[in-house]
Amino acid sequence: MAETKSEVFGNFSILGKAIPRVDARAKVTGEAKYAADYEFADMLWGQIKRSPYPHARILNIDTSKAERLPGVKAVTTGKDFGGFKWGWSGPTRDEEPLAVEKVRYLYEGVAAVAAVDEDTANEACDLIEVEYEPLPGVFDVLEAMKPGAPLVHENRPGNICVEYHWNFGDVDKAFAESYLVREDTFQTPRMAKGYLEPPAVVSYWPDSNHVVYIGAKGSPYFPYRLLSRCFNLPLSNVRIITPIIGSDFGGTKNDMTPADYSAVMLAKKTGRPVKIVTSQYDVLTTDLRRHPMWLTVKTGVTKDGILKATYLKAVADGGAYTRMSPLTMMLTGCLTTLPYKLPNYKYDCYNYFTNNPSSAAMRGHGLYHSRFAADVQLDMIAEELGLDPVEIRMKNAIENPEPGKVYTAVNDVHVATCGVQECIEKVAEAVNWKARKGKKKVEGSKAYGMGFAAATYNSGTKLSAHNACAAIIRVCEDGSVNYLTGATDVGQGSDTIMCAIAAEVLGIGLEDIDLKRVDTAFTPVDPGSYGSRVTVLAGQAARNAALDVKQQLLEVAAQQFGVKPEDVEIKNKQVFVKSNPTRNMSWERLVRTACYDTPGKVIIGRGYSTQGISLLGLADFSKGVGDIGTNYSFTAEANEVEVDTETGVVKCTDNSVIAHDCGFPLNTQAVESQVQGGAYHQGIAAAIYEEFKMDSGQTLNANLIDYKRPRAYEAPMTQVIHVLTNDPYGPFGAKEASEGSCCSAPPAIVNAIYNATGVWIKDLPTQPEKVFWALKAKKEEKKGRKKK
Amino acid sequence: MKGELKELSLTINGKPYELKVKAMTLLVELLRNELKLTGTKVGCLDSACGACTVNIDGKAVRSCSVLALQANGRKVTTIEGVSDSDKLHPIQQAMIDHGAIECGFCTPGMVMSAKALLAENPNPTRDEIREAIQGNLCADEGYVKYIEAIEIAAKEMRGGK
Repeated sequence: MAETKSEVFGNFSILGKAIPRVDARAKVTGEAKYAADYEFADMLWGQIKRSPYPHARILNIDTSKAERLPGVKAVTTGKDFGGFKWGWSGPTRDEEPLAVEKVRYLYEGVAAVAAVDEDTANEACDLIEVEYEPLPGVFDVLEAMKPGAPLVHENRPGNICVEYHWNFGDVDKAFAESYLVREDTFQTPRMAKGYLEPPAVVSYWPDSNHVVYIGAKGSPYFPYRLLSRCFNLPLSNVRIITPIIGSDFGGTKNDMTPADYSAVMLAKKTGRPVKIVTSQYDVLTTDLRRHPMWLTVKTGVTKDGILKATYLKAVADGGAYTRMSPLTMMLTGCLTTLPYKLPNYKYDCYNYFTNNPSSAAMRGHGLYHSRFAADVQLDMIAEELGLDPVEIRMKNAIENPEPGKVYTAVNDVHVATCGVQECIEKVAEAVNWKARKGKKKVEGSKAYGMGFAAATYNSGTKLSAHNACAAIIRVCEDGSVNYLTGATDVGQGSDTIMCAIAAEVLGIGLEDIDLKRVDTAFTPVDPGSYGSRVTVLAGQAARNAALDVKQQLLEVAAQQFGVKPEDVEIKNKQVFVKSNPTRNMSWERLVRTACYDTPGKVIIGRGYSTQGISLLGLADFSKGVGDIGTNYSFTAEANEVEVDTETGVVKCTDNSVIAHDCGFPLNTQAVESQVQGGAYHQGIAAAIYEEFKMDSGQTLNANLIDYKRPRAYEAPMTQVIHVLTNDPYGPFGAKEASEGSCCSAPPAIVNAIYNATGVWIKDLPTQPEKVFWALKAKKEEKKGRKKK
Repeated sequence: MKGELKELSLTINGKPYELKVKAMTLLVELLRNELKLTGTKVGCLDSACGACTVNIDGKAVRSCSVLALQANGRKVTTIEGVSDSDKLHPIQQAMIDHGAIECGFCTPGMVMSAKALLAENPNPTRDEIREAIQGNLCADEGYVKYIEAIEIAAKEMRGGK
């Protein structure tokens, strides 16, 4: 029957097992408070006035009628922000909280109002009169790159947002020496991030010098820094409080929106709390999306299928503002050299500004594009050479380095542990790959096929500037514990992991720890929840902070027992002398003794991560060398699809297996659901279902019916196999879980469709119409050949 | 504005209410904004995501797709009314134990759809479970553990059979 029992790994009390989440009870009873659930006395509702043009000069904004509407308490426009501009990094500050001179995408915010209720706020927005001079726009990269195309930003010639040109080894020589060289172009779709909870914010100013902001942000220290600069307040006076967050996946819930800045400005103007809840329509028409990308891959191999060289050219639609595009293009290129050995590699990429909503990070950030292209092409190469897809992957896969050694890729990426070969073998075995070979399964109009893929993902992502995570642990005098973290649980389960690591080190129970979510007035600064960095880096901080607390308490215990601190251990809430466990006391008694014995101690531990900044240096974006990750996860995946050859409808079957090398699974259940979810919602969704349809900057399918999200009745019951490699650079050996499976799923699906039908679909998603016409073309080609 | 106040009498989580609401008020607006039952979530207001699912007379209904007045005389159960004080409903317990919950935003709606299903069909097939929660979008965990948790809860509610 259904029950899948999670395995147990390692010799731990809490880690390596299926641990129910610390926040699960609050979430399953409806007690968990998300941003939109917050309410304060005298609270006002805010709303954003949006531009009806995707590209236009703003000539005048008249707010007088709106201001006169009864119930309206304040109106703000971009001019109130005094020229403040913001962006992902110093040189890319190209966006205003509300557009002042020009709008660059449809429904960009130009003004905002605060009123006594939602209806009045909406009505007031209608009364704001904006005079525009519409400008010609650019809506796809082919237009944007043309000489003389309208410029989205006047100071950015050619509409170029990002470009990198990297070259490692000698690809031309390698191509010349190759037995087979293939060049194929692939396309990935413009996608929604997929969070169900629309962004919401409540802000108030306790006095004229302090601001409070409660918002659904996966990286709350972004608004902390941005609001400090925008409102000219010292960081000490900016208080960001993190509610429970209904997913993030990068993008809008990491970054700021017009609503975030406007709520704070309107709260300042009115002296009252202001709440703005974004509608799902506004989410789907204006929020950050996954980049649509065009990827041309040229690959050379030997007669035996050994990879000699790859040249990847990536072209992306960055949308109206830079946002995180420099990182996207870095991630799209920098790990093409994993998980297979690749001695020569060249990468050229171009990211263009357009008058579409901005593109940005999304689960599987960057790597998902290039791995899709490269891993489908690998199957094409295998086909041409008469090799088996599993065989060609095993031949090229990077071996797990001996302990203490590292594998160094041609672009100076360093891998200490790599379980990709084991992943491939285990998946092939689980789906009985060998037995399937050469067998076609067709039932009526349904053709079945299975596809294989492998992938990697960087964990503990390291960017320039501030990388460290920190933790503070306070032991209360009754033995209960507060865990103060700068890290944010957006659903991935980091609150549970942080508590589990601290409890494991301290020898106490998960239930003894109460985690305090980010409140920048009290919690330590943290870069944020992106780049699969939390478990690896915040996890190291958790371990260090707990070790600090433990040392303080062991000293007290040692004094009591008359031994040395290293002679004492704490396990299952018992403190005992290692050589004679009958000499013991309870955890509570130890804490009470520490706190109350004159003069009494206050037990506070602190810890921060060091791996992210010290290990092997930082990656260089302009050259594409170095380590973007602290360590790297590896994934292999096999999916079976059912293709209806009459209608073109593609569906996954339950025959779906993923093996994931996350180093060491700190919480087996959480790793499994993360891997299953990453593969389905952001991987298979891209492969089969999701794509924004656009017309001149307008999103045509801006609702969750026409924009097809994958649902339960199509979900494969994916089996997850844990592969352990115990990485020396992760806490307790851990690496990331979930972003890798976002990257392995799309190529596995496309390879499966080929296996079922003999048709390659190179542009995602493989929606029915596309598959239908491809099947028809193939049929006609066959007929044509017969006639000849 | 949403017009004149109308009288509304209904039971919510076992408690009778006599209320006055505007005719255009959606049931989800009544629950969240007036009664502060914020466990019911709003994802889309298009009846597309299922985050606002409640039970009306035991059936799963998206509370953004009905007016508050349409619940007149009916029994409404929201996520706040599912557990028996401290004792969680077997569906809730199974979702916790089996690790089905990630961000939790779809969870209340998922529980309400599962509850309506198991009230009507105590021994559903896997495909029947999939169909019952097809209106509930999840964004992070791939539905696998939700489907398995509902199977576990169904078994538990049948007395382990």
